[in-house]
Amino acid sequence: MNPRRSLQVGPDGKLRHLLTTEGLPAEMIRHILDTADQFVSVSEREVKKVPVLRGKSIFNVFFENSTRTRTTFEIAAKRLSADVINLNVGASSTSKGETLLDTVYNLQAMDADMFVVRHSQSGAPHLIARHVKPGVAVINAGDGRHAHPTQGLLDMYTIRHYKKDFSALTVAIVGDVLHSRVARSQIFALKTLGVPDLRVIGPKTLLPAEVERLGVRVFQDMSAGLKGCDVVIMLRLQNERMNGALLPSAGEFFKCYGLTAQKLALAKPDAIVMHPGPMNRGVEIDSTVADGRQSVILPQVTFGIAVRMAVMSMLGAP
Amino acid sequence: MNASPPDAEALIAALAAQMRPRLAPGAALVGIYTGGVWVAERLHRALGVSEPLGVLAVTLHRDDFGRIGLHRESRRSQIPFDVDGREVVLVDDVLHTGRTVRAALNELFDFGRPAAVRLAVLADRDGRELPVAADFVGEHVQMEPGEQLVLANTDGRLSFTRARPA
Repeated sequence: MNPRRSLQVGPDGKLRHLLTTEGLPAEMIRHILDTADQFVSVSEREVKKVPVLRGKSIFNVFFENSTRTRTTFEIAAKRLSADVINLNVGASSTSKGETLLDTVYNLQAMDADMFVVRHSQSGAPHLIARHVKPGVAVINAGDGRHAHPTQGLLDMYTIRHYKKDFSALTVAIVGDVLHSRVARSQIFALKTLGVPDLRVIGPKTLLPAEVERLGVRVFQDMSAGLKGCDVVIMLRLQNERMNGALLPSAGEFFKCYGLTAQKLALAKPDAIVMHPGPMNRGVEIDSTVADGRQSVILPQVTFGIAVRMAVMSMLGAP
Repeated sequence: MNASPPDAEALIAALAAQMRPRLAPGAALVGIYTGGVWVAERLHRALGVSEPLGVLAVTLHRDDFGRIGLHRESRRSQIPFDVDGREVVLVDDVLHTGRTVRAALNELFDFGRPAAVRLAVLADRDGRELPVAADFVGEHVQMEPGEQLVLANTDGRLSFTRARPA
């Protein structure tokens, strides 16, 4: 048995940790999305709260800063009535020389029930998951270039919401796939859910070596890659990449790989446009597209809360 | 003893007759999933209630949530009217321990502050674990310990069966 699977899914078939979408069974993904359905309506109420995780302590442990992602986990936990403790560890323990596991053991001694972990090193959440006490759950909130499973799952929720069925879809992921943990989490989930035509579009310098092995079709010509797409997922181009050796300039990148209304017209007329945020307008996406009728970028944020509530409730219920 | 189960269709008519003179103006009905929604739909029609029917899926508010876990269900609570200041009648098929009603009350108050909440049930059986009583009761049913009263819906026709879990 795949060790990753046994770390995430217990012998009883229940979710124990959420570390990656790789190897996560289709049935489990569907279970998470179905559970999220119930929580979408909770967030539309006057009292946006249910008592599911009442009395549980959830620690947001961010070794790498990200106010937005941390906030979405915090909102999700609070709507489930959990107590949330936010720690920007990058700024405290590690600078004092404490090891990753010592930090975790300390927090565990404060009776944490769940850790939401972000770390710049790939694999850090796995390491923590292997060392926590039984019954303590770990959610990967992004590790290095490896995985960002709740983002991948909220993207699956969004696609299912608008397209219903994955089995006849053409999906394109565009931009800096090389550095994107979001892209990896999307690719594994989309393959597992049976998307027949999955494409990645980007310059060779921003695509991982042998990316075809993941079962995707590679396009360096964006116009060719967008033809007939049902879903177009734009990735964020991180500022630090623009000045390096990988790209000539932001302007050049936008010309070749920025999503404009003209390019979007090559996809199907009812294609949806997604972006994990934060967007660089005029770098990977044009404002007319970002704010256009095909954009579902803000619904992604709303669904993200419900999907994180679903994952937390499944992990937190004994 | 294996008494025959009560006649659900007859109880719907009896319950409607009981409620008709006692509903406040503007009162609304809210069915509790699953059986309670079937009963509420029938009462809603029979009484000609003008407010749309509300439904509650109380799973997330149950006190045994930790033990039985999350049901995988797409059904969700919907209250399509303003709860504030209104008389709300909760409708369920069987009143047993009272825990479902407790969960439904908690959830209902997340939508607003009703003027009053009444409880209507098709069958009231023994085995209460909480101080809960119904305002409108189709029939009081004597049950053997461990026996269950289960409502079924066959093409819109409601029927009770007595069952023993294996």
